[in-house]
Amino acid sequence: MTKQQDNLAGELSRDSILDAQIPSKTMTLNMGPSHPASHGTVRFLVELDGETIVKIEPEIGFLHRGFEKSCENVTWTQCLPYTDRLNYVSALCNNFGFLNAVEKLAQIEIPERAKFIRTIGAELHRIADHLTATGATAMELGGFTAFFYAIEARDLIWDRVAELTGARLTTTFGRIGGVDRDLPEGWIRKVKDTLVRVAELRDEISTMLTHNRIFIDRMRGTGLMTADDAVNYGFTGPALRAAGVDYDVRKAHPYWVYDRVDFGVPLGTHGDNYDRYYIRLDEMRESDRIIRQCFDMMEPGPIIIDDWRYVLPPKPHVYSSIEGVIGHFKLIMEGIEIPKGETYSYTESPNGELGWYLVSDGSGRPYKVHCRAPGIQLLGGLEHMLTGSILPDFVPTFDTINMIGGEVEQ
Amino acid sequence: MSEKALRQVAEKFPEAVLHGYSQHGDETLVIKREALVDVLQYCHDDPGLQLKLPASLTCVDYIDEKPRFELVYTLYSVTLKHRLRIKVRVGEEDPEVPTSIGIYRGMDYWERYCWDMYGIRFTGREDMRRLWLYEEFEGHPLRKDYPLRGRQGLIPERDVRDIFRGPGPGPGSVPASRAATPRPSQLPVIK
Amino acid sequence: MSSDFSMITTRRDEAEGFFQRMVSRGLGWARKNSLFQYPFVTACCGMEFMTISGARYDIARFGAEFPRFSPRQADLLMVVGTVNLKQAPILKRVYDQMAEPKWVVAFGVCASSGGFYDNYAVLQGIDRIIPVDVYIPGCPPRPEQVLDGLILLQEKIASQSHPLVDHGAPPELTAASGRQDLLAGGSR
Repeated sequence: MTKQQDNLAGELSRDSILDAQIPSKTMTLNMGPSHPASHGTVRFLVELDGETIVKIEPEIGFLHRGFEKSCENVTWTQCLPYTDRLNYVSALCNNFGFLNAVEKLAQIEIPERAKFIRTIGAELHRIADHLTATGATAMELGGFTAFFYAIEARDLIWDRVAELTGARLTTTFGRIGGVDRDLPEGWIRKVKDTLVRVAELRDEISTMLTHNRIFIDRMRGTGLMTADDAVNYGFTGPALRAAGVDYDVRKAHPYWVYDRVDFGVPLGTHGDNYDRYYIRLDEMRESDRIIRQCFDMMEPGPIIIDDWRYVLPPKPHVYSSIEGVIGHFKLIMEGIEIPKGETYSYTESPNGELGWYLVSDGSGRPYKVHCRAPGIQLLGGLEHMLTGSILPDFVPTFDTINMIGGEVEQ
Repeated sequence: MSEKALRQVAEKFPEAVLHGYSQHGDETLVIKREALVDVLQYCHDDPGLQLKLPASLTCVDYIDEKPRFELVYTLYSVTLKHRLRIKVRVGEEDPEVPTSIGIYRGMDYWERYCWDMYGIRFTGREDMRRLWLYEEFEGHPLRKDYPLRGRQGLIPERDVRDIFRGPGPGPGSVPASRAATPRPSQLPVIK
Repeated sequence: MSSDFSMITTRRDEAEGFFQRMVSRGLGWARKNSLFQYPFVTACCGMEFMTISGARYDIARFGAEFPRFSPRQADLLMVVGTVNLKQAPILKRVYDQMAEPKWVVAFGVCASSGGFYDNYAVLQGIDRIIPVDVYIPGCPPRPEQVLDGLILLQEKIASQSHPLVDHGAPPELTAASGRQDLLAGGSR
């Protein structure tokens, strides 16, 4: 036989046919907006090759509520309820972040006690947010019990927050220049008891999950993100710290009383889901410490500044003096007149750096309120984390980045 | 705190920088649109700046000024812990800006947000889709001349009397400024 | 009785026969105590929904703890949170896919009337596109309020008439109404 016929015979031989690649098509799966695993409402178009994700594309916008446009049409204080509903599991952090930005624009310095109250409120809601994220992660991986413990602990915290602000989750607490209510009587003792119970529940959750073989198998090594990539995508918060980058706004640019309390910032090494989950557990412990230190360091004093251009006059003045009445009237009807200018202010929300870009034109209504929600960047990096991994890895990854629909879609 | 960064960039690109200022502790540079990609690349790569984290990109509609739109880029450095804000002015007759997702992949969603809400087109990227609204939506809602209640429904709705109850201008009224974009009808659009 | 009297019957009980009445009561009792909910959760009210699924405000004692994540298997559509104009076709589609008998609960102010989001993006109440049985106001409603709404729904179900065999016409489906664009790929 000639060489050519030899080759041909070789090609048609049995073994090579068995080794031939079967061409296959990828399957497009629509994990639609109404889906149990998509918190808030996010639609994913997933192209699958067997179980491997070839391409994943999120489509958002199913919770867009016109936050920016609404804020442009109301006064500065009336923006507060809109800001609550951005990151709705930690509304106090949103409220206080927005107020920080307005106070920076107006060059107001809030009283000491108000700073402590804001810190305590933000840390309480930070614990609640981390509990929600951890509980939801466990539930979607099948561990329902951890979810119930997390909801119970979160309920206890919300009871305390409701005693302070009046509402469990959408608090609208804080005013420009401070906070509007002082701590109720006996609240400090109740919060300390609550923190003890929350710590017990948190340790129960940790016992169930941290050394759990199934949990580790599903979370360790999945949803990987290296430090350089995480920075390039704009990650902040636990997702960035899990990759090993030490950036926490509370340490880098301290605000309120964070430079006076002693707390640590947990850092991860691998940048995978397990690190993000473990960092959240550790951050809950640190928040606990911060709240206790704040209680020890707080002094009685005013909770809001005394300037009637920014703060409503006290009611006895409103009912007895002309200046009080006029001040009250102008603040309510026309809004607080923040001087012209723009600012970018940032605080550490449980998900990352919550930035506010405000533009004021000198009138009582904002000209532009832009919220730099940490979830937007996290969602943008999802595709990078998931391309190449299998479909079941999507669930823990999407859970641990803790994308809250309200802030991503404003 | 980052005035050093401001001066460094201004010295490197003297013809591109229109002016720089510092207000309330934020350093801002206003640059020309053509130099945007070069400035951002320099901010990202230079070891003295290391502004590698794209914090946000937003747009402000100054309807009474020309040029109308102002894009605001906020960059941060996790290593040197400083921040820089870069602004670009874009007019409404030519709302096109070169894309920066080649340098900062995190700007992807923000660029789509600027297109969706303000109508700023970013050249150099394959898909310019809306981020939050649906493709059938006409107009760009965050522009100042778009009515607050300009609802464009996708499916037919039951005829319920629309009660004006919220703040802002009522249904049917529009802020008294020139309408640059064609205003969509207030009734639900049934395609 | 389906004969056309010109007399007005004030008590529906007397319009039905004894057997139908007993069957209706039995079916009503069974249906109200075993509601399979489809939680159409979008926004902040979802957090309160998680709370009532939890151990303290237990929705399981009303028999309604089992969320069925397929509309074909559910009979209670709980619309939790804001529904905006992009989500509205999806909600309509989910509602159309549910089998009779079905009930709808508007959980929260945003689902009932649009809430304080009176702007270009938000549907001003889901009753503009689907019929609603119980409205639970609140932003977000306290869990006790939600359970109160659920009890109200249960009373409504108990007092409805449940025939053994439903001779009514099937509801109009999206396909038949000519909205083909809503079938393929949702709002895309």
